[in-house]
Order: sequence, then C-alpha cells, then structure tokens
Amino acid sequence: MTYHMYNREVEAMPREKLRELQSERLCAMVKRVYEKIPMYRARFDSMGLRPEDIRTIDDIAKLPFTYKQDLRDNYPYGLFAVPMEEVVRIHASSGTTGKQTVVGYTANDMKLWGEVMARTIGAGGVTKVDIGHISYGYGLFTGGLGGGLGSETIGCATIPASTGNTRRQVTILQDFKPTFILATPSYALTIAEFLEQNGLTSDELCLKAGFFGAEPWTESMRKEIEKRLNLKAYDIYGLSEVIGPGVAYECECQHGLHVNEDHFYLEIIDPETGEQLPDGTEGEIVFTCMTKEALPLVRYRTRDVGMCMPGECECGRSFVRMVKPAGRTDDMLIIRGVNVFPSQIESVLMDLDGIAPYYQMIVERDGNLDKLTVLVELTEETFTDEVRKLEAMSQKVTEAIHSVLGIAAKVKLVEPKSIERFEGKAKRVIDKRTQVNF
Amino acid sequence: MLLKQISVFAENRRGAIMDITGVLHEAGVNIRAISIADTTDFGVVRLIVDKRKEALAALRANGMTVKETDVVALAVDDTPGAFHAALKALTDSGIMVEYSYGFVSPMGDGATIILKCDDQEKALGCLTAKGFKLLTADDVKF
Repeated sequence: MTYHMYNREVEAMPREKLRELQSERLCAMVKRVYEKIPMYRARFDSMGLRPEDIRTIDDIAKLPFTYKQDLRDNYPYGLFAVPMEEVVRIHASSGTTGKQTVVGYTANDMKLWGEVMARTIGAGGVTKVDIGHISYGYGLFTGGLGGGLGSETIGCATIPASTGNTRRQVTILQDFKPTFILATPSYALTIAEFLEQNGLTSDELCLKAGFFGAEPWTESMRKEIEKRLNLKAYDIYGLSEVIGPGVAYECECQHGLHVNEDHFYLEIIDPETGEQLPDGTEGEIVFTCMTKEALPLVRYRTRDVGMCMPGECECGRSFVRMVKPAGRTDDMLIIRGVNVFPSQIESVLMDLDGIAPYYQMIVERDGNLDKLTVLVELTEETFTDEVRKLEAMSQKVTEAIHSVLGIAAKVKLVEPKSIERFEGKAKRVIDKRTQVNF
Repeated sequence: MLLKQISVFAENRRGAIMDITGVLHEAGVNIRAISIADTTDFGVVRLIVDKRKEALAALRANGMTVKETDVVALAVDDTPGAFHAALKALTDSGIMVEYSYGFVSPMGDGATIILKCDDQEKALGCLTAKGFKLLTADDVKF
C-alpha cells in the first residue's frame, strides 16, 4: 500500500540529508539564541561554550537544557528572540501550577506550524476535499487554532467547533458532514456516548479519521473510539513550548509517532543524569526547536516520559518514531513509594467489561500513609438493583488495580457524568497531599 | 404476574434521595412503595410508581442511572402470620428471597409485600398455586 504523506519530499528525505539539514539548522539556531536571548548568552558563557563549538547535530549534547521554570522566570516575553513587532500570535498554557507559560509565533512560525500540522492530518489520508471538525478549544490553548491551521493549510473546509455543547457538535457532525475530527480522546468518547444515549449511531456521521491528543490515552481507548465512532483514530503529540500540536504524529501504521525532525530535534535523556539514552530505552523527552523564530528553545525538558523506537517504519518516512508517552513526569504520582500514572488506572478500567473509562483519582494523606481513592462512573448497563453485585463490581476493580499497580485503592462507584470534565479534558487526578520536602 | 420496580442509583450525599423524589414530583408521578438499600458508599432506591414510563423518562432525562426489575407484589391479610405463610411456601419450594419490603393499607384492607426472589417465575408459580393473591400493575395504579 502507498502511505499518505502531505510533504513526501521532506517526510521521506534520506536520513543523511536530514542530518545535514539538522546540523545546519542547529548551528544557525545556536548563534541566534546566543545573540538574541540574554538567558542563553549567560548560560553559554558560564559553561565556556561558544556558538562556534556547535558544528554538527551530534554536538547538541554540549548545549545546556531549558526548563519550564526558565519560562516562568522570564515571564512573559523574556525568552523571545525577536522584537514584538515581528510576533503575530501569542498563546499561553493553562498553568495549573504557578504562572502561565507564554509562547509566541512570528509569521514564519505560523507557516511552519501550519506545515507540521498539515503533515499530521495528512498522514491520516486527509486531502483538501475533506472537511475538518476541530473540537479542541479555540483560545489561548494551542489545540484549536493550531489544529485548524493545519486543516486550512491542507485546504480543507474547517469547522472551528471548539469545545462544549455536545448536542450542537453532534448536529454539526450530522449536518455539515465533516470527514475528520480533532479532539481530546475523552471528548471523542463523550460524543460516542451522546450518540448512543440519543438513539443515534456512527452511521449518521461521515467521519473517517480522528486525531486525538492533549491528554494521555491508551491502546484500549483507541480501540473503543475506533469502534464506537467508526473511524481510524490517530495519536498526535505536541506541547505549546515546542509549537503546540504538530510536534509528532502517527502514520497509517499507527505504530509510534513520527517526530517532525527537520524542525524539532528529539532526544531521550536520563532525567537524573541528563545523559542521552539509546533507542529503545525509556527516559525524558527533550526537544530543540531548530527553526522557530520567536521562541527557539534549546533542549527543552518536556517532563514527558517516552522512548525512541529503533528501526524504520513501513510507511517510508525517515522521521524517527517515539513511543506514545506513558504520561508526564508531572502526571506521575508517587503513592506509598510506588510510581503511578493515571493512564494505568485507565487501562485497568478499559480491560474490565462494562466499566466506563471515566474515573478520577483522589490522593490524600492519612497520618503518614497515602490514601488512594478511585471514583468510577457507573453506566446504565452496569447498574443493577442488587447491592451485592455492585459491591462485587467495585471489588473487582479494586483487585485489578491492586494487581496492576501493587497498591491498595478504595474504589467508589459514582453517578454517571458526576466526574468533572473540563473543556473536554477530564480531570483525572486530585492530589490533596501537601508537598513533602526531603 | 410480575410487577416492574424502578431502581435508582444514589450516591451517599445530602439530598440524593430528594433529587429523585423531586424529579418524580415534577413529572407528576406518584410513589406507591419505596425501599432504600444502603451501603457505606452508595444506596439503591427501589420504587413502585403509578406511571412507570413517565418516571423512567424523567429520571433518565435528569441523568440518573435507573434499572427496571421484575418483582412479585403480594397481597396478604393484615394479621399475624400472613407474611410468614407466604415465606414458608417459598422456602419449602427451595426459593430464596433476596429482598423484600412492604406496606399496610390505612384503609384496613390488608398489606402489600414486594418480593425479589432468586427465581421470580418459580416464586410466582408457587404463590399462585398456594392461592396467594398477587397484584398487577393495574392494582398499584389505584
């Protein structure tokens, strides 16, 4: 089979040529950040590093890291490499802790964003005859406008549906007949649920592909979405500090996410030592934005946990593949000394028959002991009027969580839709513990 | 003839039962019998109502989790030993009662017992054969 590519010339570029391009772009970028960004100049100087020391892409390991804290310390515009007159767009992250992270784009950055997002959607076979439904939030969040930009770059009629009002969204899906959708995976399931509750089926929709990201999701959730919405579900990855959506994307093989490596250089490092790790080893994902003008970050520590896949992809792309991040190092909870990712709880629930994938983890401290409570939403299918069956169900979940995570959790069945959903992004974790300092 | 009982899931929180009765009130549904099974985390509210379809639609429209269950509605005299006789008949036939609740008519014309057994059809057959009076949906409409 021939695999769809938006920009075959670049996406399937020979590896050696790609490395040359990366070397060239990295050297130019290093000079630029040294000249334009005081924080980098100071950092290079203190390490005795001169821009000329960077000659090829392999020299990247000599460069200092950039941390999220650096963006906060230079809030809002301190890390911009261009004067404000060249900036055409500003986005900001939700900033659940501390200050918002502010990112900027020049006109060229916007073109670059459109290109990488077009590759992302194009990899799913989308062409300009398609109609795109963008269910990511339009606003400061990069998802909506970034997703829409990619769709428009391909030349698709683009519906900026944004988030919320599922009834209206379903009417649009039925009447405007979009052929692909961009949304969070949990919102895709909300749509599926709405269809089922209102006696509708996916036959009423024309969707053939969906591009889901902005929150971690599992393989079983992918199967669920594909079955219930009758489409092919692609995982997409991005973060606003790098560009937003469009950093890495799945091809039709759905086996790893190809990194747009001509623009974003990927490294996997040991978060403790900072050393680069070989392919096939899990570590922290680090990106260098080689071509961005407004906010060119050097070796940005994403805190996402991932891995570079060894070997080449069947689709013919030369871009390296990364394994879908298991979770953010931020998302990772340490409960009674055990590392727990919310996505693990999700896998447990998806593997149990008749349990809805809507859950919320509440972590509290009771004396010196961490206490984990998992709220699980009940569905009409799973509800029975026999108390012992309901108790057996929560017991089954408790045991499954215990066998997967190795920790005891209290499982509490709650009413459907009682778990807060924020802009389509389900709030998975409530950590009530106060920070422990070591 | 089995009767349809409506069960509603209720979390253990203030006002959970009131939310249910509020929805039924709005829908003009009259509750004929009610029983609540409670556990430490949640409760199941079991209801016999006059307008079953309206009740189901209204509860679902308000996002509540509901289920219909077949139950046996038995009419017995309001005298000592009347309920016991029915239970003995069931037990002698090897039928187990999972739960039961009942109410007495203030008009002095007997009591109504709702029964959920492990084998409902068998329970129905057993009670009918022994001459017990069973109530139908029409009887609870009044």
